[in-house]
Amino acid sequence: MTGSPVESVSGRRSEPPRGMALFAYRAGRMVRTTGPYLTVLGIGAWLLLWWLFSEVWYLPRFEKMPGPVAVLSDLFARDPFQGISIFTDEYYEHIWVSCRRILFAFCIATGVGVPLGLCMGWSVQFRHYTFPILETLRPIPILAWVPLSILMFRGFEAPVIFLATLASLFVTTLNTMLGVQSIDESYFRAAGCLGSNRWQIFRHVVVPGALPFIFTGLQISIGVAWFSLVAAEMVSGDWGLGYLIVDAYMNNVTVPMVIGMITLGFVGWGTSVLVRIAGNRMMQWRTRALALEGR
Amino acid sequence: MSTAEMSTTARTGAISIRNVTKIYDPEGVNVLAVDDCSLEIGAGEVCMIVGPSGCGKTTLLNAIAGFHSLTFGEIRLDGEVLCDERRPLASQGADRVVVFQNGALFPWKTLGDNVAYGPMVQGTLSKAEAREKARHMLAEAGLGDVAEKYPGEVSSGMARRAEIVRALINDPKVLLLDEPYRAMDALTKSIMHEALLEMYDRTKVTIFFITHDLEEAIFLGDRAVVMTTRPCRVKTIVNVDIPRPRDYHLLSSEEFRVLVEEAKDAVHEEALKAFEAGERELA
Amino acid sequence: MTAVSDMVQGAGVVRKRTRLQRLKDNRKLWRGIAAVVIALVFWEVGSRWDQWFGFTLPFIGLIPPPTDVAVAWMSVLPQPGYWESWYLSFKRVLAGFLVAQLVGIPLGLALAVNRYFREFFFPVFEILRPIPPLAWVPASLIFWPTNEMSIAFVTFLGAFFTIVINVLGGARTIDISLLRAAQSMGATQWDMFWKIVLPGTLPSIFTGAAVGMGITWEVVLAAEMISGGGTQGGGGLGFFIWNSYMGGSLPHIVVGMISIGIAGYVSSSAIRWLGDWAMPWRRLF
Repeated sequence: MTGSPVESVSGRRSEPPRGMALFAYRAGRMVRTTGPYLTVLGIGAWLLLWWLFSEVWYLPRFEKMPGPVAVLSDLFARDPFQGISIFTDEYYEHIWVSCRRILFAFCIATGVGVPLGLCMGWSVQFRHYTFPILETLRPIPILAWVPLSILMFRGFEAPVIFLATLASLFVTTLNTMLGVQSIDESYFRAAGCLGSNRWQIFRHVVVPGALPFIFTGLQISIGVAWFSLVAAEMVSGDWGLGYLIVDAYMNNVTVPMVIGMITLGFVGWGTSVLVRIAGNRMMQWRTRALALEGR
Repeated sequence: MSTAEMSTTARTGAISIRNVTKIYDPEGVNVLAVDDCSLEIGAGEVCMIVGPSGCGKTTLLNAIAGFHSLTFGEIRLDGEVLCDERRPLASQGADRVVVFQNGALFPWKTLGDNVAYGPMVQGTLSKAEAREKARHMLAEAGLGDVAEKYPGEVSSGMARRAEIVRALINDPKVLLLDEPYRAMDALTKSIMHEALLEMYDRTKVTIFFITHDLEEAIFLGDRAVVMTTRPCRVKTIVNVDIPRPRDYHLLSSEEFRVLVEEAKDAVHEEALKAFEAGERELA
Repeated sequence: MTAVSDMVQGAGVVRKRTRLQRLKDNRKLWRGIAAVVIALVFWEVGSRWDQWFGFTLPFIGLIPPPTDVAVAWMSVLPQPGYWESWYLSFKRVLAGFLVAQLVGIPLGLALAVNRYFREFFFPVFEILRPIPPLAWVPASLIFWPTNEMSIAFVTFLGAFFTIVINVLGGARTIDISLLRAAQSMGATQWDMFWKIVLPGTLPSIFTGAAVGMGITWEVVLAAEMISGGGTQGGGGLGFFIWNSYMGGSLPHIVVGMISIGIAGYVSSSAIRWLGDWAMPWRRLF
């Protein structure tokens, strides 16, 4: 309940703290709870165990895995032992290639999926015709499309982008459709009795009303895009983080493999944060109302 | 029609509901929601429709507003047929604006933009003009400070008031209110009532107000029409000849209590029947 | 209004329609069938274009037509190898999925119930979660002694994160007044856990299970394609697809895809059915 305005003695409402003041207030409250300490402790314990198992005690099975020291020292080395660090151009090339593919896939999937989903949610007739086709295709796992997509699209780039797009497309379309269906009937009625035509209802009710679901969908969609991208890059690729991981495995160097995994985690998390920020920006009405509820 | 004659000048907004019947047909089961219901509402009248929950009052409102079709009968507005057996679904229009049970301000628009919405989409005013007029009307209703806020940020009372402003900006012939104060506590409710009466005294728009609160009905209305439980028919009509403007002191007056008593038996009987039937409410 | 009273006596009258009539009136069904048939015809025409008109359409012209697929499917149906692929894939999916449930549900509930445990453990979980499950495949191949175990591990991981997140979210959204009501009636901590927290979390458990099942199929398939291909005769539907691809038999690739689609659909239907059975109070909606 940090955001609620406080009644001051004079009866005038004092404004809740903003910006730096709010940050300081929250930080001050945080250090007085157990949260941050346990968090640090938990991450520390995990790293310590990993280090002990693989680099100190050489437990069976763990001995082959690179420990945290090996990974971190290579990651930040100017002259990495096993070829990949934050100072090598190759590292950024892999990240860039993967991100570019995700960007293409995500934009295509959003550009097609959102309008498609809006129409499917809005027009019953359109839904009756298109939804069964979608539902017949959807149970087929994206990765089952790998061989077919390699045959359909030649080269390295197009099949990978196709697979990531396909994965996102299903999620985005279905969530958008659900979003439109979730809009309360009374908003349509209100818009109708205030004299809107069909297009105005679409523009002022359907689109903004479905936005929360659309953005939930986009968050999931970017996750599954990364998921399929990695798989596709592992099977057929020349560059990219998935390729980096599988290539390291093939060449028996384990450190770049772990670096690839960690990087994937960070980059994937970063893109989903970007989507969330974009969503909060576009849905001020929702963000503000949720903030008042202390969420 | 004493109340219809009471209205002074030739205002618009007279509704006549003639022999309206509505049969729902969900899943092959016929449900008679409204049965041969007739009611004349004069221009500028505040007509309160009282009945137990789920009795079919809302069905009547939906037929007037053009959300649902009727099965038999006809509804006229100022003599023009809105819907009848040949054209069972009335067209939706800004001459009959609805204020909804749970509130239907668009949560994604500020209160100001919500109010400006009607004139903007109808094209009667430009966007800027509509905004200006909305701001003006909100200020008149005591909501000038919150015009830039989203509905999620203000209290439900303010939101409901803004919703009525959003309806009135269109200069409607009829204001249709569907239990708008249902979820409010008694104190907020009385403030809302006075605000509504104040707005009514300014505009004199015809009000079709659905409620299950008898005191609310007598306090606000020119007439309180008590409906039977499903199927919905007119049971009794209580004429409220209390002069306007009214304020909350009226609630403790003798004449008010006499009128409430008069209608109470009828309402109670129907509520009991509805409770025993135990049916789920219709949409 | 004699007509009305003839038609309706009282509040509810059942107007009888035969099952056939209702089937005929089912617009949604017929439109769906029409749409799928039209899509199939398009596919057939598109992929046979070069036979009939002499040049190949892009994309669609490169995939086998549905009639070829049907023929190929008929030919593999009697082969025991095909059914063994089904069996192997199902076995892997179920193993990974069940272990993920067994570990994930208690862990999620523990995270929800105990704040200190959550603060200690959850950040690590959140760091590992964004790593796509398939990125674990090579590491898991190195770590585990057999291929089968590494497939099982990656499968487990895929479902595990989703399940934990769903259980945690579900348990934390339980209405606090339910717990207070139970407490006021003298329920013990144990009662509250079994009678309120667990049933209250069931919907999210099943949501998590449905999503997790989808991911499990994806992962099993990928693992079979990446690791099972060639070595130790890994088998499974993923291997079936990969093998058909390597052998250049296009219709069989599509047969594999459709088979795995059916398998996935069957498993998620099973979860939905189980959910309906376990949560009778939700059937109302």
